[in-house]
Amino acid sequence: MLADKDRIFTNLYGFESPGLKAAMMRGAWDGTKGFLEKGQDWIIEQIKASGLRGRGGAGFPTGLKWSFMPKQVGERPHYLVVNADESEPGTCKDREILRHDPHLLVEGCLIAGFAMRAHKAFIYVRGEFIREREALQRAVDEAYEARLIGKNNKHGWDFDIVVHHGAGAYICGEETAMLESLEGKKGMPRLKPPFPANVGLYGAPTTVNNVESIAVSGTILRRGPAWFSSFGRPNNVGTKLYGISGHVNTPCVVEEAMSIPFRELIEKYGGGVRGGWDNLLAIIPGGASCPVIPAKDCEDLIMDFDGTRAVKSSFGTAGILVMDKSTDIVRAIARISYFFKHESCGQCTPCREGTGWMWRVLERMARGQAHKREIDQLLDVTTQIEGHTICALGDAAAWPVQGLIRHFRHEIERRIDEYSANPAPEPALVAAE
Amino acid sequence: MPKLIVDSKEIEVENGLTVLQACELAGAEIPRFCYHDRLSIAGNCRMCLVEVKGMPKPQASCALSVNDLRPGPNGEPPEVLTKSPIVKKAREGVMEFLLINHPLDCPICDQGGECDLQDQSMAYGVDQSRFHENKRAVENKYIGPLVKTIMTRCIHCTRCVRFITEVTGCEELGAIGRGEDMEITTYLEHAMSSELQGNVIDLCPVGALTSKPYAFKARPWELRKTESIDVMDALGSAIRVDCRGREVLRILPRTNDDINEEWISDKSRFIWDGLRTQRLDRPYVRDNGKLRPASWAEAFGRVAEKVKATNPERIGAIAGDLAAVEELYALKDLMHRLGVKNVDCRQDGSRLGDVGGRAGYVFNATIAAIDEADAILLVGTNPRLEAAVLNARIRKTWRQNKAKIAVIGERADLTYKYEWLGAGADALGALVRGENDFAKVLKDAKKPLIIVGAAATARADGLAVLSAAAKLAQDLGVVNDERNGFCVLHDAASRVGGIDIGCLPAEGGLATSNMIEAAATGALDLLFLLGADEIDTQRLGEAFVVYIGTHGDRGAHRADVILPGAAYTEKSGLYVNTEGRPQIANRASFPPGDAREDWAILRALSEIVGQKLDYDSLDELRAKIYAVSPHLAEHGVVLPADPAGLDDIARLGGKLEAAAFTSRITDFYLSNPIARASKVMADCSALRMGAERLVAAE
Repeated sequence: MLADKDRIFTNLYGFESPGLKAAMMRGAWDGTKGFLEKGQDWIIEQIKASGLRGRGGAGFPTGLKWSFMPKQVGERPHYLVVNADESEPGTCKDREILRHDPHLLVEGCLIAGFAMRAHKAFIYVRGEFIREREALQRAVDEAYEARLIGKNNKHGWDFDIVVHHGAGAYICGEETAMLESLEGKKGMPRLKPPFPANVGLYGAPTTVNNVESIAVSGTILRRGPAWFSSFGRPNNVGTKLYGISGHVNTPCVVEEAMSIPFRELIEKYGGGVRGGWDNLLAIIPGGASCPVIPAKDCEDLIMDFDGTRAVKSSFGTAGILVMDKSTDIVRAIARISYFFKHESCGQCTPCREGTGWMWRVLERMARGQAHKREIDQLLDVTTQIEGHTICALGDAAAWPVQGLIRHFRHEIERRIDEYSANPAPEPALVAAE
Repeated sequence: MPKLIVDSKEIEVENGLTVLQACELAGAEIPRFCYHDRLSIAGNCRMCLVEVKGMPKPQASCALSVNDLRPGPNGEPPEVLTKSPIVKKAREGVMEFLLINHPLDCPICDQGGECDLQDQSMAYGVDQSRFHENKRAVENKYIGPLVKTIMTRCIHCTRCVRFITEVTGCEELGAIGRGEDMEITTYLEHAMSSELQGNVIDLCPVGALTSKPYAFKARPWELRKTESIDVMDALGSAIRVDCRGREVLRILPRTNDDINEEWISDKSRFIWDGLRTQRLDRPYVRDNGKLRPASWAEAFGRVAEKVKATNPERIGAIAGDLAAVEELYALKDLMHRLGVKNVDCRQDGSRLGDVGGRAGYVFNATIAAIDEADAILLVGTNPRLEAAVLNARIRKTWRQNKAKIAVIGERADLTYKYEWLGAGADALGALVRGENDFAKVLKDAKKPLIIVGAAATARADGLAVLSAAAKLAQDLGVVNDERNGFCVLHDAASRVGGIDIGCLPAEGGLATSNMIEAAATGALDLLFLLGADEIDTQRLGEAFVVYIGTHGDRGAHRADVILPGAAYTEKSGLYVNTEGRPQIANRASFPPGDAREDWAILRALSEIVGQKLDYDSLDELRAKIYAVSPHLAEHGVVLPADPAGLDDIARLGGKLEAAAFTSRITDFYLSNPIARASKVMADCSALRMGAERLVAAE
């Protein structure tokens, strides 16, 4: 179990003030000037050495990402964009940072911005996050006032932070769609290459990072990469915010070490599965786009990038959705499918047309109104979407369905059998309401 | 130059090409919907997916640069597969997705037979459907009187949106909604305002955007296709005229990178219904103030009688905007034989061609040179109305080369930003005297252009304007030993050809404006109008007017004898465009009723007036023309004009007036007799003028 002294987000639950003074007492903004004085290369080396991997889902090494930015500022300025468009169902970790520990993020922006020679950062906050944006804006204003950021600040690196409020589109959490949206256009992902590090916001070199990746960077520098990498397994190091939701007794967001066994995490923080461990049906480990993991694989599941990959799922954002045996798993996945259909931007064909198709078929399957051959057909449709789209939303829409068919084909077949045995059951009582 | 292997064939291609282009160079066919050579890359249809060795996913070849391909582990060139099982599966998948929400209404779809989706589903699709849900239905949108929408058929390739935004510069078309609810619309369902909007019909790979006037008229395989040349403006855009029987049913653009790329203006495209209405299909003579049908013999008799009774000094001839070189030559020849000096092919009253030779009245730099221009000065021209396709080209160079553009004249919305230097010719004078910074821009530019509108030379100080522009061109190095950036932009298809063959007043003869003046004061008794409708026909006094033309328009209303001629789709005619490029417009159908080709009418008339023209066929006539103007025999070729002529023009000088330049084309849609007979053009005009009136009243 992670000791309290090793927690980065010490005000995760808002027991203390999120304000600057309290944040500084908790350690934020401590020694920041010293880090900046050691230069860009030192910071990037430290982050690389810490083994921090992006906390937004893809798990790309953060230090490496920063190092892709050009070493010299050319014609156009460099930009840092922080992705606070946390919209994935099941994921709710960045929200706590924005609400209760925003100064860690503001400080992280300065450090990251300095490391990539950017004088400006944009924080793109999800449209539904009204209070969160206000909290963040307060923190930014405080930092300006205390001359921690801004022109001629204490740190000697001119730095502006713009808090931008999105309009509530999931797709704007995709990094290039976010850049489009920031530029005032429709949030539609761009073609890559060119990558944002070369041609990003307003055509300038840009790095897009998750809130958590940026917010932990200050503490990593303060306590050293060795401290950070002492948690977890090699390649999956550090501490991580886990969001536990669904059929557990005490849903929560908690900071823990990487590579914690799933069962330990659930029992210690989530208060155990509703109705006991044996009542577990399946989990979705990292937000709605990750394939489900059935209960039998959860027994020895290690919660990190490699552990989830071993059971053909992915770590995502570590927003765990727990489902007990009362769950209608087919309907649950059908609902997730509806979400992706609703949030598809409509730009490229496979995702635009395929997500709707998958949802409609799943809706029928949830009622059992399908043929068994349609299960394989549905699987085939998911492979036609996966990997054929501009951005990863196509993949994200395909994976949950693939996971469902991989692990719960018997459930779908059972319903089809049930329905075909009795296609017109007694009229439902709904009408009597 | 990067090397790559496409389907085991190794090729070397230029830097910056896309993989799709490279594959085509290697002979591999890549299906596509959203990709278009002349538009930006969207990469959204995913039909062009190819397999690239070493990349985990299939790649959209339209959006992948060959420079982004990485060589293999031992330095071997990157390998692209276009026929592998992965590619086949990917294409089938994309095709299936496109079709699940596309209605199977091909039998009632106007695109049927020339539909990209139809063709490609035959080639790359599978033969059965696995989709059993309900198909999406989308409400149709009103986007104007020209383009019909059946939006359920839309496959969201966004070609139309990109065309309207990028090429025409009118940001009116876009997509609302997202996912499968995305819809293409003009947002508030108002009509599009671009003069090039018809091109979205060609761009649309399916039947979502089709031609409204052509709706349900014909199937493409029923049509006889004739390659021809457009005469609605002076560009000579390449067109294809589609006929069934005698009727022209539609006009489409052909690709000609030197002139129109692959666009045509709406006037060129939708003019065809005007070819049927208000036609003069038999000769008429005026008796007691009323026109009555007559036979050719009677009409010719009337004219001959009048010619014989009139002193040649009191006869005049004016040719219109749509006349081909053949009839202009025959007219000039006949008048010459009759001893008539008052001949003019410039019904707009311009003085182009009077001085300085060919360099003084053609678009010397060629239209294609606009692509490279880095500074452009427009003098007294509104290219958006006078040559809409050329205007799109100026916009292109403004977007891509960041060309600096300045305008002297009407301060109109040209779809690009420009510096406005003044409304009248005095601003040009200021520029010549170096009182304006734009002179320096032109001087520093590597490939500057000065474009003078023909209308600017039709004023009282027309020659002074031309002279000042030529002087400016010489002073600022726009004309030098290597290139000639002095350009005259005509607004009529017949003009350059007419000036080329010298259909101009002879020594001591009267030009158009003088002829009209003379007719009004009774100094001219007989006036021949060869399709000349844009003159003030009410001011011709008591003169006896012979009108040779196609439509019952202004000229015919004033005429005393009407000799029915052939429209540009009904004759083989030579037209010289504003660059001085001779092109043959081919006959697609025949003139209606008793109407005849104009040169043949003049030839027949010559015999009756006793001055027989010595050619009996079009070939003999053309041989005569080529003997006089050999450069006209070089079809499709621009022979550079000798820039020395500009010296004479520059020396002319003259006083520049402050009066504002105006365009001769006040209503884009109704600028010639065919257009005025077209219902479609009338609708467009009413829409535009109505809209403008509304704005003015606010």
